Amino acid sequence: MAKTALQFQHNGRDVAIFVDGGTNLLVALRELIGDMTPKFGCGQGGCGTCSVLIDGELHLSCLTLAEMVAGRSVETLDGIKDGPNLHPLQRAFADNFAAQCGYCTPGMLMAAKALLDRNPQPSRAEVVEAISGNICRCTGYEPIINAVLAAASGGRARA
Amino acid sequence: MPVTVKTFTSTHDAAAALSSDHSARYLGGGTLVMRALNEGDISISTVVRASDQAMTRVDASGSRITLGAGVTFARILAERDLAFLHAPARSIGGPAVRNMGTVGGNLFAPVPYGDFTVAMLALDAVVSVQGGLGGREIALEEFLQSRDRQAGTLVLAISFAKPGSADAFRYRKIARIKPKGGAVITLAAHLPVNGSRIVGARVALGSMAPTPIRARAAERALEGRALDASAINSAASAAVEGTSPGDNALASAWYRREIVGVHLRRLLSGQE
Amino acid sequence: MLELRKDLFADERDDNLKEIGKGTQRQDMLGHVTGTSPYFDDHKLQGMLHLKVVRSAHSHARLRRIDTSEAERSQGVRRVIRATDVPRNLNTLLSLINFGKDDEPSLAVDKVRYKGEPIVAIVADSPREAFEAIAKVKIDYEPLPAVFDVEEALKPGAPVVNEVYPKNTFTYHETYDRQQLRFGDADRALATADHVLEQRYQMSPIEHAPTETNGSIAAPDTNGRYIVYTSTQALFFSVDTCAKILDVPSNTFHFIGGTVGGGFGGKVDTLTEPLCILGAMLTGRPVRYVFGREEEMQYGPPRGAERIYIKDGVMRDGRVVARKVRAYFDSGAYTRLSSYAAVKCAAHLPGPYTIPNVHGDVYCVFTNRTPATAMRGFGVTAMDFAIECQMDKLAHLVGMDPMEFRILNAYRDGDMKAHRREAKNTALIECVQVAAEKAKWPLREEFKRMSSRKDGGGIRAAVPSTPRESHAPPVTPSQPRTTYDRAPAASREPPPPPPAPPSPPRPSAPSHGATRFSSVFGTRRR
Repeated sequence: MAKTALQFQHNGRDVAIFVDGGTNLLVALRELIGDMTPKFGCGQGGCGTCSVLIDGELHLSCLTLAEMVAGRSVETLDGIKDGPNLHPLQRAFADNFAAQCGYCTPGMLMAAKALLDRNPQPSRAEVVEAISGNICRCTGYEPIINAVLAAASGGRARA
Repeated sequence: MPVTVKTFTSTHDAAAALSSDHSARYLGGGTLVMRALNEGDISISTVVRASDQAMTRVDASGSRITLGAGVTFARILAERDLAFLHAPARSIGGPAVRNMGTVGGNLFAPVPYGDFTVAMLALDAVVSVQGGLGGREIALEEFLQSRDRQAGTLVLAISFAKPGSADAFRYRKIARIKPKGGAVITLAAHLPVNGSRIVGARVALGSMAPTPIRARAAERALEGRALDASAINSAASAAVEGTSPGDNALASAWYRREIVGVHLRRLLSGQE
Repeated sequence: MLELRKDLFADERDDNLKEIGKGTQRQDMLGHVTGTSPYFDDHKLQGMLHLKVVRSAHSHARLRRIDTSEAERSQGVRRVIRATDVPRNLNTLLSLINFGKDDEPSLAVDKVRYKGEPIVAIVADSPREAFEAIAKVKIDYEPLPAVFDVEEALKPGAPVVNEVYPKNTFTYHETYDRQQLRFGDADRALATADHVLEQRYQMSPIEHAPTETNGSIAAPDTNGRYIVYTSTQALFFSVDTCAKILDVPSNTFHFIGGTVGGGFGGKVDTLTEPLCILGAMLTGRPVRYVFGREEEMQYGPPRGAERIYIKDGVMRDGRVVARKVRAYFDSGAYTRLSSYAAVKCAAHLPGPYTIPNVHGDVYCVFTNRTPATAMRGFGVTAMDFAIECQMDKLAHLVGMDPMEFRILNAYRDGDMKAHRREAKNTALIECVQVAAEKAKWPLREEFKRMSSRKDGGGIRAAVPSTPRESHAPPVTPSQPRTTYDRAPAASREPPPPPPAPPSPPRPSAPSHGATRFSSVFGTRRR
């Protein structure tokens, strides 16, 4: 089977892989790079748990043809920690009990990061909009929204 | 057979590759084709891409607007000149889907998707396509009527006249989940007014047929009249004429027929 | 804000716990926020193969012929698994506790009973190659009449869904086609009630829709065993189910699970593990079998649908004097856990109310729909929904406030419940009082003063005279079936109706003919 060589930046590190035709970015990240943080939930664009940032923009890795990220920068949950220290969003999610089964959490965090990277002080409505493509089937949206707001205000709880 | 990806710099070559291979699909934002591959659709064995910059061009400066087929909904939301299209663009998916999904791909999106196309249909849009033999323009309505046979055509762009006033174009998507969700039904209307009378009324409906359709009876009820209670009533009661909605998990055909007039009335009378 | 009314249960337990009211971090939180919690699919194994199943295109059809020859030759295919490859191709989940008959194959044999039922499994190098091979499997179906409605399924001449249960109903205690509850004489009470209200309630199936779909990865281990990463919610249950289906000792398997991407009841059915392990056994390679989203939504088991008829008799003063319930639990094509759900329907049909005459029939019905399974209080939620809607309507009928109506009819400590168990630790009255207070809902003073601890028992503790039904099937003494089921058949006899003593002081031993009650077997349990 013919494979295509593909190079891109994965969490700031250059990587090179060979992909089969039609391989999506989610499979490439999980099976070829070994980054298990993005999850498979639907393969349809309905759940958001495979969300990653491509050149800083929120994308669904399961609907992204792997070859489309050639030469671009892909950021996943695996890359947002600062060394051993949690990213403020990760800390806020933990402090606000914003995870139950944890399966939507990687996508939620990336969607939240995409928001805060361009809008550091979002309103509650903007947070809701930002995570509207991400399904939490344990229905823990309130703590998730609170966590994003808490991270945005530097850990200070907002009304 | 494994999937082969073919990337071309010229749209002409991409179009030729598409038209010569029944198993080829053009990959825009990925929300339809990648989904089909993920779900095991083995009828697709070639994925065609084009890297031509023209595919992502937005020309919104004049009275006639042209959107490249590869323009994303996020891009439309970033264009101030396209403010009248922000409602349909925002009604699609979450932020990630809007960063990926394209205007061209939306023309092919099946029920309960394809909301942007409903807006385009109400604006009498024209689709520029590149076939194996050359380029041509085709009215959107005609394009949609033959959509099953268009998989081998490459859509380059879509163009339409900018509405004369902000009030002339209206859009409404009925979904069960807010702010995101597939459509129960989608409605768009373009009501240009000459003096106090509507001239060239267009009403388009999504999820009321296998593709977006025009509600011609409702258009006739509005044509040449002022947008008053009486005209709105006649349009609302005519809305269901000529529709053929289906059942899906979001709503039954019966329900769609019941509510289409109600929502057209609200759209026309400016109610929330 | 959450308010704990510990005073209501002060004498029930030693209440010196130290955790409540404190924020205690989940032990898996760090894994969740860093994306390192190990879900079953997060294991990358060398040479892993992919399993997909061919699913029935029909809701009910005889399988005339299955031709897999072309699929076997398809590129990348390592193995085609057919029904004959499954060592014990018939199982029912609760057979592990000797409840019900084996009724469901892992791969359909002679017939398919619901749309999407697995018929053949393909193990291939890649998902794409498995999909391509699926398209090459030729199945010759002979479509059969299908039944999708619980009441239609019980009519004479209805299509037989599952030959193991030819009447389309689960068989309880090897005899009964339903769960029955008989307490007092509901028909007589209905005849003399001031008002009678009969209503029909219905609930559709509900899909759990976990964000992580059902799946598992099985791999030969270095010691002849198989390591299995699974999304199961019920790890040991799944181990034993696989051991039975694959006909090997359960220590053949090393199951690893516990981190589940949402289950809600939809991951107890051991849907993927048996075929996944069998694939690993037959190929000697790691095999991954994961549901796609459409499979999960369409063919993953839902909460079962229910249809419930309630006929209540109520007096002008607001007392509910009779309740007659006929309910149907839609099991779909196979039993899975629905037999148990119907038991819970029967357990909940009187509601938390003291009603002196209760008559209940609950059927677990087979139809050609996707088999149902567990989901958060399954068997309870629809019944309670129906009962509470009914209570509102009854209150309206007699012109009473719905809150006060519930307080009036609520069970109290010492009352006899329709299942012949004494009501203890009741707190519905207090619950309603608190709810009314929070909602600023006005209650009359006498209702504010009522208490679950006052005025219960006495006459309300009596087991009323319950007529024997001539058409009732004979009680056959059944063999003890499990260690949980050693009760003498006599426990099913209607207990004698002793005149109830005044409630306080109550003896500590059961004194009203009430026995310990196993929710599964309906019998005494020690």
